[in-house]
Amino acid sequence: MRISVKKTIMMSGAAFACCLFAAEHAAAMHIADGILPFSWAVVWYAIAIPFIALGLGRMQKLAAEDLAVKPLVGLIAAIVFIISCMPVPVPFVGTCSHPCGTGIAAVLLGPLIAVPVAVAALLLQALFLAHGGLSTLGANVLAMGVAGSFASYGAFRAARRIGSSLGVAGFCAGLAADWATYLTTSAELALGLQGAESFRSLFGAIVLAFLPSQLPLGILEGAMTAGVVVMLSRKRPDLLLKMGILKTGEAKA
Amino acid sequence: MKNQKSEAGSRKPKRKEKILSGIFIIACVIAIAGINAVTSAAEKEGRWEGVDKAVVERIAKEQGREASAPLINTEQGDLMLFLFLTAGAAGGFIAGYSYRMLTERTAAPEERTA
Repeated sequence: MRISVKKTIMMSGAAFACCLFAAEHAAAMHIADGILPFSWAVVWYAIAIPFIALGLGRMQKLAAEDLAVKPLVGLIAAIVFIISCMPVPVPFVGTCSHPCGTGIAAVLLGPLIAVPVAVAALLLQALFLAHGGLSTLGANVLAMGVAGSFASYGAFRAARRIGSSLGVAGFCAGLAADWATYLTTSAELALGLQGAESFRSLFGAIVLAFLPSQLPLGILEGAMTAGVVVMLSRKRPDLLLKMGILKTGEAKA
Repeated sequence: MKNQKSEAGSRKPKRKEKILSGIFIIACVIAIAGINAVTSAAEKEGRWEGVDKAVVERIAKEQGREASAPLINTEQGDLMLFLFLTAGAAGGFIAGYSYRMLTERTAAPEERTA
């Protein structure tokens, strides 16, 4: 059975690499350089920086307590990087968009550590993949790293509190991460771009434009998050127990 | 006799695994070919733009702002393809290596000496 799981993962990886081969153009919610006015770009940086600092501090503390945290952060960072630059075609809309991956990071590592993980992914994408930008990094980190992580963590905890299974709670977390990211991006764009138009009408127009692609992609992200959380709970229940994701009774079962 | 039975028992799941693996590979190939066919047909129609262009840049343009050129312009020839492949390979390696570190069972000292 162990071999079969490894084989499946290897084959999924190969299929995934083929999809990356097929992708020629980046397609994302990332706000590119030049779109936001300088003053708004500075505001989003100022809000994002404290979360990054707190996340780095929390990561160092956890890594000092448990050696398994480092490979877990490595695994999640790689997943977030790959997922957040993977354009997924939405057939009935005719556009491509991408999931965020911060839902997985927030559930498994906590929302604060998910912020520096998102920074690493977004910085590499801005520098080498023409995905997002350096001046808009603060805005993108706030949307994907902060809003996405905290919304997914909140959804996960709320679902667990009302007695949902790990899979259902993981699904809610992924869905919340995706939708919160795009709602925040819409708000950032509406605030930065509103001229004579009111914030509310511009925000509504942007949300409506995102809606057809992000509704199905949110569901896809929910399914991916549930899959990763359930898989890790089978492979390393001890780790999830330590991170407070599983309860003692569930780990034994 | 007992050993033969247990061997036959262990063979069964292996055959099942091989069949399942074969079906999975065929499904992957069909899915990738399907995606490529749909994508290339749509490219001719000018579809499959990313939401960055279809939504973010369109709305920014309507409001009088445009995206500036990226710091490193990767949209030259096959450079973007190369970078995406490198990023996918590096990310896949790190994910796989970390997953292996996390899930591989370390042998107990007595098992190591045996």
